[in-house]
Amino acid sequence: MKAKKTKTALKAANEPYNPGTDFNPDWISEIKINQSGVERRAGTLKNRRSLKKEWQAAWLLKAISCIDLTSLSGEDTPGRIKRLCAKAASPVRNDIIEDLGVSSLKLTTGAVCVYHVMVETAVEALKGTGIPVAAVSTGFPACMAPLETRLREIELSIAAGAEEIDIVISRRNVLCEDWPALYEEIQAYRSACGDAHMKTIISTGELATLNNVAKASMVCMMAGADFIKTSTGMESSNANLQVSLVMMRAIRRYNELTAYRVGFKPAGGISTAKDAIQYLVMIKEELGDSWLNPEMFRFGASSLLGDIERQLEHHLTSCYSASHRHALV
Amino acid sequence: MNVIEAFKNMSYGPAPENSDLVMEWLESHKKGFSLYINGEWVKPAKTQFFKSINPANGQVLGKVSQAGEKDIDKAVKAARNALPLWAKIGGHGRARCLYSLARLTQKHARKLAVLETLDNGKPIRETRDIDIPTVARHYYYHAGWAQLLESELPDHEALGVIGQIIPWNFPLLMTAWKIAPALAAGNCVVLKPAEFTSLSALMFAEICTEAGIPPGVINIVTGDGDTGSKLVSHPDVNKIAFTGSTDVGKIIKQQTAGTGKKLTLELGGKSPFIVFSDADLDSAVEGVVDAIWFNQGQVCCAGSRLLVQEAVSEQFIAKIKSRMETLRVGDPLDKSVDIGAIVDQSQRDRIESLVNQGVSEGAVLWQPSTPCPTSGCFYPPTLLTQVETSNIVASTEIFGPVLSVMTFRTQKEAIALANNTRYGLAASIWSENISRALDIAPQIKAGIIWINTTNQFDAACGFGGYKESGFGREGGIEGLLEYLKPKQNKALEKALILPTAKTITKKPKDGGDFPSINQTAKLYIGGKQCRPDGGNSLSILNANGAVAGLVGDGNRKDIRNAVEAAVKAESWGKATAHNRAQILYYIAENLSYRSEEFSERLCELTGQTKKQSQTEVEDSIERLFFYAAWADKYDGAVHQPPIKGVTLAMNEAIGIVGIVCPDSNPLLSFISMLAPVIAMGNRAIIIPSPAYPLVITDFYQILETSDVPAGVVNIVTGEKDGLAKVLADHNQVDGLWYHGSSIGSQMIEAASTGNLKRTWVNHGFARNWSSNSEGQGKEFLQQATQVKNIWIPYGDSI
Repeated sequence: MKAKKTKTALKAANEPYNPGTDFNPDWISEIKINQSGVERRAGTLKNRRSLKKEWQAAWLLKAISCIDLTSLSGEDTPGRIKRLCAKAASPVRNDIIEDLGVSSLKLTTGAVCVYHVMVETAVEALKGTGIPVAAVSTGFPACMAPLETRLREIELSIAAGAEEIDIVISRRNVLCEDWPALYEEIQAYRSACGDAHMKTIISTGELATLNNVAKASMVCMMAGADFIKTSTGMESSNANLQVSLVMMRAIRRYNELTAYRVGFKPAGGISTAKDAIQYLVMIKEELGDSWLNPEMFRFGASSLLGDIERQLEHHLTSCYSASHRHALV
Repeated sequence: MNVIEAFKNMSYGPAPENSDLVMEWLESHKKGFSLYINGEWVKPAKTQFFKSINPANGQVLGKVSQAGEKDIDKAVKAARNALPLWAKIGGHGRARCLYSLARLTQKHARKLAVLETLDNGKPIRETRDIDIPTVARHYYYHAGWAQLLESELPDHEALGVIGQIIPWNFPLLMTAWKIAPALAAGNCVVLKPAEFTSLSALMFAEICTEAGIPPGVINIVTGDGDTGSKLVSHPDVNKIAFTGSTDVGKIIKQQTAGTGKKLTLELGGKSPFIVFSDADLDSAVEGVVDAIWFNQGQVCCAGSRLLVQEAVSEQFIAKIKSRMETLRVGDPLDKSVDIGAIVDQSQRDRIESLVNQGVSEGAVLWQPSTPCPTSGCFYPPTLLTQVETSNIVASTEIFGPVLSVMTFRTQKEAIALANNTRYGLAASIWSENISRALDIAPQIKAGIIWINTTNQFDAACGFGGYKESGFGREGGIEGLLEYLKPKQNKALEKALILPTAKTITKKPKDGGDFPSINQTAKLYIGGKQCRPDGGNSLSILNANGAVAGLVGDGNRKDIRNAVEAAVKAESWGKATAHNRAQILYYIAENLSYRSEEFSERLCELTGQTKKQSQTEVEDSIERLFFYAAWADKYDGAVHQPPIKGVTLAMNEAIGIVGIVCPDSNPLLSFISMLAPVIAMGNRAIIIPSPAYPLVITDFYQILETSDVPAGVVNIVTGEKDGLAKVLADHNQVDGLWYHGSSIGSQMIEAASTGNLKRTWVNHGFARNWSSNSEGQGKEFLQQATQVKNIWIPYGDSI
């Protein structure tokens, strides 16, 4: 299988991708998360950093480059997915790109994220753009399908051309605190993914506590996740700064323990430019600049792009924009 | 910087807050600020200005008046004259005024925040998100107290004119902490801001006018320490409230000794920040940031001593270092700055010199590689490891962004290190084991305990210290009470000065008086009767002038021994309240068995009638019941700050309390003071009435038969004021109650400054011990306790 984008980037930085480790129960039992402490950090961080003018524009462009432009709906059709892909390839109006002086960035979103049945359409639509297709998998979103079909779904998506697989974990393993079972489950997905880029959705909104969020994150990384991802977008609560902080710190800890770098993807409910900047600030502060790129960070979002486009236009013109002035996703 | 470059390096770029409006305001006061007296801007009697400077860039922001004696006098008079009207408008009227101050603070929030940042050097994030909102919250909360005062505290009244002196680290917030409770309680104030940072108080004065605060209720006089000293010594001030350094606090305590001025001091600290191996280390690191790099570490309750459990010390220090690399030091007006300017070059010099000394004493210094401005008054965040307890940076308050790190092995050792300081302002405990944290909280001698959080402030929660961090509280009902007095006390102050006690014949017993009573009462120390160190005795005369018996002539060494015995009896404070109540009841029971004997003794010594003596014994028994009853009912409170969590306000014992008894009602006055002191868990050193000590020495036997643990009550007879002075000077004695002459009262207050012990003196006024309204009550319990506020945020569900 061909080398994937992320892994190329890691290799270029002379870093191995995360092959996973043995199951190490100490790394789970040492986890202590104080919720009020996390809430305080997450709540105050957004007021500790402010971005203005060119910097704000640059950070918003960075946010676009990190978007997994997503459509996960029972109503998705090939036509709809083609439009999504076109937007991914050309996310911002050309005149805005030119006026910002960033044509040389050849800005695209990080990936396009769809259900398995839309993978082929998306791969076809994105041919030549270099944008990978991500497929949600393993019985997304509830992970209640038989293991056999979950694994088969991964294989089929890869065969259809998906370079990235967003798997969901069995929340029951977390709620029963059966960490070895979770580890084995993710390992099975990992080996089904082969060289494909595996993002594990831990579904924070259904894990009950921040301690579970941290522990599930750690188990997924030990089992070889390339990315850990907050949510399917289908739970009653989506990504937020608290769970993201806990997951980023788990990534940092795993990096301290193994020297492997794992990426992070918050998903669901991130819809404003301001939200996006808060996540990027948290990444910079907690994980550092080397995570501020699409190889290590993604937003799972559908409407975020539209708000960023309006903000960019405002940056250039000082006039507030309107959504109909930008191409519909 | 173009967008492409910014995209590639993902730096933050400048994000300055706009200061135009404030600069305009300063420009309009270019000629200099006057004093705010009686609702008007008044030029000082002697025109003298000093400059207020922006420490971040050295720019002169304005000229501020130096108030002198005449100006202070004018302000105090204005406050005095405003009192009747302020009383007349009633609680609801005062609530409206405080509400206006809250609303106007919010309406002018940005201007106030920017001005504060310019004048003080602290980051705009802090003034905007913490200082100013906390100011508004303080006025809201106390508008509530003004409204409720008449119904909730009907037995209390305002003190009168309050002199308030505040520091430069939270200029406007300290203004609110001082003014809001004083006004809610019905007082009028004269407030002096710190000379480095007067401007926000002056902008606030304009807000007072806008809010329609009646003239004279709030007066703001600017100046340096000399101005403050004149305010402290002004004879018509009823109370001084001071926040600042321990050194100045001690001077103020000296200055006010014997004047009858009520005093609260909120002073320095060297607060421990304790991290156990079972803590959320990442959250604890953020706690450290909030503890010592908040306001450049210029915070009295800064967690400046990190105590970290050895099992995780290496990992934790590594985490702190990497966190320090992301702290941004620079222009305080920049919204992305974490650490601003030090308030003044003199303060920066002090920080640097203490750090250098700490390093020369063996500390290892580490500072992050992030840039620190070279012009302006900045000091980088600093970590000092390998700090031993003897190092100056382990004991001295630096008041700068400097963290001293020590390690510990066990919980016991952590507590010992935490308490190994003269200060006792705050402590922060980090552990995911709430059982452990709640076990430690009462064992740390500090007024504020934060569990898994730090540097949290709220109007609903008392703030203030133990030991040399001062006394009195700000915030909560405990803070409000500092600006009130029981209406009863007015009657007390009118009562006559104590009659001179019967002369004690100091001649040695020669056995010549027949029939002499062959009784030599010893001292009672550590549960044992023991001879006085000096080997001398004093003859005690009966009512007819004959020798009734001898008592030991105790000296300073006996006091020392008594204090040592009290130290060993520390477990009394940990005994259950039920247990203490039982013992008080038992004392009462045993006294009742011997009431006849005590009543005869009182007749013999005092010459009072049999009926009077019987009543005194019966009253003493009832008083013991009174405090036995209170022992398990003087509950604290659960405050409700605006967090997900609670604050427990616990009434804690002060520790070792000296009690110096008067001659009047020698048994009853002794019981009236002893009972509340030990009921609340203190240990007592008693100096009995000099005229009638035999009543008290007879009491040993009752103590012995009542299961009072050794060292809880210690009795040293001898020359009253001499022994009282030894107690006042003793640095292990935490509190001192004195009933005697006005000169003695002054002596006690002045001599108690060494360790800032809590003193309660009568200023020479008599108290009617046999009256229940004067001889007992909650005031005794308040004086026997100090409030500890324990912050417990919670939550473990998403």
